[in-house]
Amino acid sequence: MPSSTSIGTGYDLSNSVFSPDGRNFQVEYATKAVENGGTAIGIRCKDGVVLAVEKLIGSKLLVPGSNKRIASVDNHIGIACSGLVPDARHFTSRARSEASNWRKLYRSPIPISSMADAMGGYAQAYTLYSSVRPFGVTAIIGGMDEAGGPGLWMVEPSGVGWGYFGAATGRGRQAAKAELEKLPLPNITVEEAVKQAARIIYFAHDDNSKDKDFELEMTWVRLEKGSAEELEEGGATKGWGKHEEVPKELVAEAERLAKESMEGGGDEEMEE
Amino acid sequence: MNHFPEAWGRPRNDVYGAYDASHLQSSMPNQHTQSPIVTGTSVVALKFNGGVVIAADNLASYGSLARFTDIERLKQVGTHTVVGAGGDISDMQYLHEKLLDPLIIKEEYQNDGHHLRASHIYRYLSRVLYQRRCKFNPLWNTLLVAGWDEGKSFLASADLLGTTFAAPALATGFGAHLAVPLLRRVCPDEAAVENITREQAIAAVEECMKVLFYRDARSLNKYSLAIITGEGVESVGEGAAKEKVTIEWKKDVELQNQSWKFAEGIRGYGAQVV
Repeated sequence: MPSSTSIGTGYDLSNSVFSPDGRNFQVEYATKAVENGGTAIGIRCKDGVVLAVEKLIGSKLLVPGSNKRIASVDNHIGIACSGLVPDARHFTSRARSEASNWRKLYRSPIPISSMADAMGGYAQAYTLYSSVRPFGVTAIIGGMDEAGGPGLWMVEPSGVGWGYFGAATGRGRQAAKAELEKLPLPNITVEEAVKQAARIIYFAHDDNSKDKDFELEMTWVRLEKGSAEELEEGGATKGWGKHEEVPKELVAEAERLAKESMEGGGDEEMEE
Repeated sequence: MNHFPEAWGRPRNDVYGAYDASHLQSSMPNQHTQSPIVTGTSVVALKFNGGVVIAADNLASYGSLARFTDIERLKQVGTHTVVGAGGDISDMQYLHEKLLDPLIIKEEYQNDGHHLRASHIYRYLSRVLYQRRCKFNPLWNTLLVAGWDEGKSFLASADLLGTTFAAPALATGFGAHLAVPLLRRVCPDEAAVENITREQAIAAVEECMKVLFYRDARSLNKYSLAIITGEGVESVGEGAAKEKVTIEWKKDVELQNQSWKFAEGIRGYGAQVV
C-alpha cells in the first residue's frame, strides 16, 4: 500500500502511471476496495468446485436471497466476487459474453483456464489507460471441464490470475486462507467442501465483521449424479460439470454445523 | 401433411397443377436451404397418466439413401422438455445449437429456481418457425414438444409454416398417416389419458415404431425413446410444494419381434414376379 510518504506525490492520481519505485497506485487502491468487501472463497475438490460468499446485508428491508454475489456464466462455470458490486456485475457480464463467443467459435464450452485467461486480460486492460479505472473486484472463477476436471482461478484488479486449490478474498481472506490451508485439498469431496466452506465463511465473519448481518451464499460445480460415478478413476473426475446453487437442505445443515463449531470455540477443526 | 418432406408446405400438384416456377425467378443466387437435404422421418408421441412418451428413429436420409444411422432426433431442452424433430436435420441442429442451447444458458443466469417449461419452449419454437416462414425461408421441420407443465403432461406439434396443434396422441411425417390412427385406438381424446398407464403408452409407441419400419421406406429399425414423468407444480419459496420432473431415456432401442410374413403378399417384393 502507498505509505504516507508516497501519498500526495502525484503518482496516484492517474491510472497507468508508475511511481518512481515501480508501483501502480490506482491498482493498489482497487485492491484496497476489495479488502472491504464480503469474504468470498472457492474450494477445488476431486469431484468438483464449491464457491461461497459472505453477503453482507446493508438493510433489513432487502428481500432475503436477493442481490446474488455468485453468478452463473455458462452451464459449467460460476464466478464469486468480492468488492464493488456494480464492477462485479460488469465483470460477470463480460465473462458471459466470453463464454458464449467461445461456444459460437468452437462449438464447445469454454475451458476454465481459458475463461480465467480471458478475464485476466480484460481486467489488465483496465490498468493501462487514464480514461478508465481498474476493477474494484477480485473474482473467483470455478468450474469443471472435460480436459482438466475441476478448475479454480482467482483474478485480481491488476489482471493477475492464478490457479488455486483453495482461494479466498475480501475482508476475511486472512482467516479464510489459514483455514483453507488446513484442508487436504484437492482430495476432498464436494459434500465435505460444502460443510467446510460454510464453517470458513462463518469463522471469517466472526473474525472481521461480527457486528454486521450476512447471508451465506453457496454454489457448486459438479457432474450430475450418476455420470460422476462412471467417470471416477482414481484421480480427479473430469467432464463438463453443472454450476448451480447448493440445495437448501444441504446449506441449512452446513450452517447448523458451522454455528455449532463457532460455539465450540472458534478455530477448532470440524468433526467428520 | 405429405410424408415426403420436400412436399411440405407446397400446394399439391394433383390439386393445383404444377407450380409455375417462372414466378420465382430473381437475380439472387439459388438458395439450397429452401428445400430439405438430409431428412429425418416420423416422431411419435403419446400422453399417459402422469407423463408423456416420445420416440423417433436414428436415421438421417439423403433423399432415399439411408445416409446416417446414428442421428439423435430427440433432444432434452432444459429440465422439463424433450423436442423431437422430423424434416431437415441441419435445420434441427440449427434450432438446438444456435437457438435453444443459448436460450437455456441465458435462462439459468437468473438462478431463481424457475425453469423454462414445456409450453414455454413450445411457444418459442412455434414463433421462430412462423417468423421464418414469413421471411420465405422456413426451417424445414415438424416438431413435437413433449414435457411437463403446471402439474400436467404436455404434448404439442409445430411445423415449418408455424401451424400449431395439440393432442394427446401425435406423430409427424409418415407417422401422421400411419401411427396416429393406431395411437387414437388407445387414446381417442384427452379424457382417455388418465386411463392409460405408462406401460401401455410405451407399448403403443413401440408398436407404432414397428409398423412405421414395416411401411415407411425412410425409417430405421433403431430408435430412441424418452419418457417424461412429473409430479406437482413449479413454485418457489418457503414451504412450497416441490415439483419433480424425471426424463428417462432409452437409446439405440432395436425393434423386437419383427415379422415380415406379410411382405410375401406385396407385389414386387420377394419371389412374386408379376
